[in-house]
Amino acid sequence: MGEPILEVKDLKVHFPTPDGVVKAVDGLTFTVHRGETFGIVGESGSGKSVTCLTALGLIKRESAQISGEVLFEGHDLLKLSNEDLRPIRGKGLSMIFQDPFACLHPFYRVGDQIIEAIQCHDSCDKNEAKNRTIGLLDAVGIPQPDDRIRDYPHQFSGGMRQRAMIAMALAHNPSLLIADEPTTALDVTVQAQILELIDHIKQEFNIGVILITHDLGVVADVAQSVMVMYAGRAVEYGSRDEVFSGPLHPYTWGLLESIPNIDRKGGRLVPIEGAPPSLIRVPTGCAFNPRCPHRFDPCDKDRPELLDRGGGHPEACHLRIEDKKRLWNEREAGRVEVAS
Amino acid sequence: MTQYLIRRTLWSITMLIAVTALVFVIFFLLPGAAGNAGSGKYPPVAVRIAGKQPSPATIEAIIDRLGLDRPVHEQFFSYLGNAAQGDLGYSYQTEEPVTQAVLRRLPPTIGLALGASVLWLLIGCTIGVISALKRRTVWDRASMIGALAGVSMPVFWIGLMAVFFFDSRLQIYDTGSYVPFTSNPLQWLSVMWLPWIVLALTYAAIYSRMVRGNMLEVGGEDYIRTARAKGLTERSVIRHQLRSALTPVVTMYGLDLGLLLGGAIITENIFNIPGIGSYTVTAIAQQNLPVILGTTVIASFFIIFSNLIVDVFYAILDPRVTYS
Ligand SMILES: Nc1ncnc2c1ncn2[C@@H]1O[C@H](COP(=O)(O)OP(=O)(O)O)[C@@H](O)[C@H]1O
Ligand SMILES: [Mg+2]
Repeated sequence: MGEPILEVKDLKVHFPTPDGVVKAVDGLTFTVHRGETFGIVGESGSGKSVTCLTALGLIKRESAQISGEVLFEGHDLLKLSNEDLRPIRGKGLSMIFQDPFACLHPFYRVGDQIIEAIQCHDSCDKNEAKNRTIGLLDAVGIPQPDDRIRDYPHQFSGGMRQRAMIAMALAHNPSLLIADEPTTALDVTVQAQILELIDHIKQEFNIGVILITHDLGVVADVAQSVMVMYAGRAVEYGSRDEVFSGPLHPYTWGLLESIPNIDRKGGRLVPIEGAPPSLIRVPTGCAFNPRCPHRFDPCDKDRPELLDRGGGHPEACHLRIEDKKRLWNEREAGRVEVAS
Repeated sequence: MTQYLIRRTLWSITMLIAVTALVFVIFFLLPGAAGNAGSGKYPPVAVRIAGKQPSPATIEAIIDRLGLDRPVHEQFFSYLGNAAQGDLGYSYQTEEPVTQAVLRRLPPTIGLALGASVLWLLIGCTIGVISALKRRTVWDRASMIGALAGVSMPVFWIGLMAVFFFDSRLQIYDTGSYVPFTSNPLQWLSVMWLPWIVLALTYAAIYSRMVRGNMLEVGGEDYIRTARAKGLTERSVIRHQLRSALTPVVTMYGLDLGLLLGGAIITENIFNIPGIGSYTVTAIAQQNLPVILGTTVIASFFIIFSNLIVDVFYAILDPRVTYS
């Protein structure tokens, strides 16, 4: 793992709404290093997108109360004006989004949209930008790129559009690529290809990647670090091996058990019961406590902080570490039993 | 493309014939219709043209001259045949050829419609775009209140108030002094500015609301977020937004203009502009079938063909749309 490229410190993003304050992100701290894929995992509505959009300044500042720090290349992105953020967006820090069907302008040619992305940071002539675009499309695996640059987005399949988005994001060799659920809208077979492409890019250019997903299974294959989010906060944070072989938070357990076809032990698929809370009225204590099968006395009163309770990596659960290990072993054993 | 145009043109002609047939039905077949003798001896329109206390001989001569005694379908088909050759018949009242009268009354209508439409397009789009970009500011609130007032005020009321105010009160406007553009452009301008504004106001209000709504909707689209995320300047982002938000305006503009080219009935009447609209009103009052038909056909023509042009244009503006 290389040097840190993105450091987020105690990030809070609160949206005042007529119904109350939506605490979309409520005190988040993490670091992404060069050369690693950093997985952010959590059910939808847990604040993953807001976290990244805030970093890029894509959340309207007047619509939200934002505090904390987002350090990138020596700047605190939260302190930069829109005008000062612009040279960073798409250059040092690129982002691709969940829905490739909606992310490209339907009225402009795919090639022109990438050419535009190139020219807004580099003053090169149209012809050079066009050649670079063809090169980028080729690099992300779009066949006949010199013909396809004249196509409109609707002439591309979903997977192709996501490739085009990735090509656009790579236009200026960013040091960090944020991929917000890049495969959620795609067919399963295409999903694997896109993930592979992102992984390949990460290795080839030695950049940092933030991979957002609601599917721990996706992260298992490609990430080096994992942060599990629940209701705007991190509940578990560690290396992939730590989180996958010794998960310490009941929410992570739930996510692990709901991965389909997990090729580790067992085959039972258990969705987590209940639904994520409203971010306006987050339960007191541990936000997960109403859905947690292991909750006990302090869970609905004290909010557990994210810290290492002796398990080797930070987590936010009141259970004692021995209990965690025992409970997880029992749950795994149960799963195997049912499966066999 | 050619095939599409041929198909659409044929369909347009069919529509025109259907509209003509409808007018015939209304004029001849409905109970109490002007050309329907019903239980009486003569069709009301013939009696009317014959004047006060006409003798049966006069009425019968008129019926004979206008061919009102022929079966309706025969009149219909001979009308279609003549119309295909550009002959829309003769006015019952003045015996002027309708084609000639319509052509004479077309320029004032076109001048009114084009002038007003350019005005409302400029005003509507400007206000709409600025309101959307300055959402929730004083400017936005004031514009939208103004637009609400604009859509709420009927044209006839605005028109009468304008005449009252500028003509009777301020005496800076002279209602009814229309001259053709070709004979005196300056006087033409001095007559047209007020009806332009009156006609444009309502549309400008509607357009500004629509443009504002489109801008805000497009502003929330993922591809606008992409445009920002890739580092475009706010100017370029707005350009992306405009491209989507203004495309539907083209459609609406074409349709509205097409409708008005068939005659801005209220405005033309209030300001005494000798266009298609005022011609139609007079013709209806006089039960003057050839003129009613002529103006109806012309109005339908503009509506149908503006539709066609808008569709062709839309397919150029929106790459997702294909001719089929
Ligand atoms: N502009 C906003 N105003 C109010 N609430 C918002 C806004 N943007 C996001 N939210 C809320 O923030 C929460 C987190 O959203 P998001 O980050 O998109 O979740 P995730 O990406 O994890 O699915 C959601 O409950 C969402 O409704
Ligand atoms: Mg999301």
